[in-house]
Amino acid sequence: MKKINLLLGISAFSTMAFLYLPLMAVAFFSVNDSKYGLEWKGFTLDWYTKLFENELILHAAWNTLVLALVSTLVSTFLGTILAIGMDRFPWPRKMNAAFDMIMHLPVIIPDIIFAAAMVVAFGFLRTLAPVFDPGLLNMIIAHITFQTAFVALVVRSRLAGIGKEIEEAARDLYADTTYMLMKVTLPLLTPGIVAGAMLAFTLSLDDFVISFFTAGPDSITLPLYIYAAVRRVVTPQIHALSTLVLLVTIILVICMERITRRVNKK
Amino acid sequence: MKGLSLQGINKTFGKVHAVRDVSKDIHSGEFFTLLGPSGCGKTTLLRMIAGLELQDSGRIILDGEDITGLPAIKRHINTVFQSYALFPHLNIFDNVAFGLRSRKVPGAEVNQRVKDTLDMLELGEMTKRFPHQLSGGQCQRVALARALVNEPKVLLLDEPMSALDAKLRAQVQIELRRLQQKLGQTFILVTHDQDEALIVSDRIAVMKDGQIVQYGTPAEVYDFPKNRFVAEFLGSANLFEGTYKDGRFHTAIGIFELEKPPPWEKGLIAIRPEWIRISDTEPAKNGLRATVTEIIYRGTNLDISLNPGPVRLRTSTYSRIKIGDELWLDLAPKEIAVLNG
Ligand SMILES: Nc1ncnc2c1ncn2[C@@H]1O[C@H](COP(=O)(O)OP(=O)(O)OP(=O)(O)O)[C@@H](O)[C@H]1O
Ligand SMILES: [Mg+2]
Repeated sequence: MKKINLLLGISAFSTMAFLYLPLMAVAFFSVNDSKYGLEWKGFTLDWYTKLFENELILHAAWNTLVLALVSTLVSTFLGTILAIGMDRFPWPRKMNAAFDMIMHLPVIIPDIIFAAAMVVAFGFLRTLAPVFDPGLLNMIIAHITFQTAFVALVVRSRLAGIGKEIEEAARDLYADTTYMLMKVTLPLLTPGIVAGAMLAFTLSLDDFVISFFTAGPDSITLPLYIYAAVRRVVTPQIHALSTLVLLVTIILVICMERITRRVNKK
Repeated sequence: MKGLSLQGINKTFGKVHAVRDVSKDIHSGEFFTLLGPSGCGKTTLLRMIAGLELQDSGRIILDGEDITGLPAIKRHINTVFQSYALFPHLNIFDNVAFGLRSRKVPGAEVNQRVKDTLDMLELGEMTKRFPHQLSGGQCQRVALARALVNEPKVLLLDEPMSALDAKLRAQVQIELRRLQQKLGQTFILVTHDQDEALIVSDRIAVMKDGQIVQYGTPAEVYDFPKNRFVAEFLGSANLFEGTYKDGRFHTAIGIFELEKPPPWEKGLIAIRPEWIRISDTEPAKNGLRATVTEIIYRGTNLDISLNPGPVRLRTSTYSRIKIGDELWLDLAPKEIAVLNG
């Protein structure tokens, strides 16, 4: 019995190592005072300070942030409305099954297919108006499209958790639809909406494939920049950048975890 | 007419006929109970009165006004939900104030009315607490306060006691009864607990498969069940099958006289265990000689089974009855209920 436990422990540990060693290596080299070597030459934050002097990187960071913020705001709004509309309107039962399909599709469809579809769609739109040339607007629209589905899924599960009886109680207590939404549904939904927004934000921040297919020359984001830079040569600067992106993502994921846990407790 | 009038209400869910042709007048100020087993359509009927569900056919009249087509927010009727459905993000004061505020009642009046209602239900200390900080019994009173503060013409209660433990439930039932008598408001309670129905109600409607099968005061319904279902659903009953001929009822265990001739030739009669008396000598009418086969001690009384029958009777703990004793039983004609089905 002990032996099996030991074996299990070791395999769990090595899996963890397998997952996290590369990431730790990146963090490690980002503070190593050596440009090319693999051996430790002392601690430095030079690579980080250099990051903030690099115009290209700053521009890419700015693009990433604008893209993530705008697309998150819009998709959170749309996703919430979508979820409420789907869950609370008395649709026939068949419709509900169809909705489930439609919602999950953007989530399970491979990014690359989704991106290719976007290229086609924007190609068509471009013939109507030149604003649909590859660039930030296209990226924002593309991100909104897939984020909305994620937000709607998260919000909808929260809606199901709230249940209909609370809203019936509100109606029984003379609340019209607006009053009910403002005083009951939305306040109770807030944790779900925040969790959905953070998920959307993280997805946008880390997205490569869809951005790659819709970006223009002026709308490089950090993932795109890292990709381009790594193809040339991996510098400690890139390690520093990757580490920062990783940190932001981890913080967001932890926040999200906290929020969902708090919601589930209630 | 003052009060609530249900006229030919029907409701189906797909193939399930949840409520069938229910017609009933509920008087103003009455404590009315819908009693029936799980799935008989009690909640569905209550939700149609509240305006949360739309009936397929039938009319609902409240104090002479036809409210059939009005949505819940236009009906002067409030509900205490089975799971209370308190707003978890609002404190107790705001929960209770909800119905007044959504109707834009002025702030000072809201404060006064909420305070009065909370005091009446002994919740004055809890105004700042949130629902998850209250016990089940307190939540139930908050739900009651939240509905009552609106002074509804009819208060609906859907199994409001089902989440309470047995001891608290017994206490709350009596409190609820007193509260209703003090306020003189119409209460409609849904329950599947026959004791609860008997304790609190002015009138009981027993439901089965979406229909009201018997209606009357607790005593009428309990003592004189109209059919087998009611006899067995409310308490326990001795049921005897037989035929009525030559002015007497012939069963396998004996021949009995009835108060009135029944409307059938073959059928059922019922007698409650506590209405059967033990007699030292042979009774003048409807006597039955029987042997004790089982005695169950219940603290306040004994439940005794006898042969032939089996006949079950309930007697006080004082009686010195032993298994094997032969007794005379007195099944008085006025205690026998004639069932029709
Ligand atoms: N929304 C619904 N959709 C489909 N069927 C329903 C719906 N609501 C109720 N029913 C059905 O209608 C019948 C009556 O249900 P109802 O909830 O009124 O019963 P009840 O008497 O309140 O039972 P309980 O004591 O278990 O609460 C049941 O067969 C139930 O399955
Ligand atoms: Mg019910």
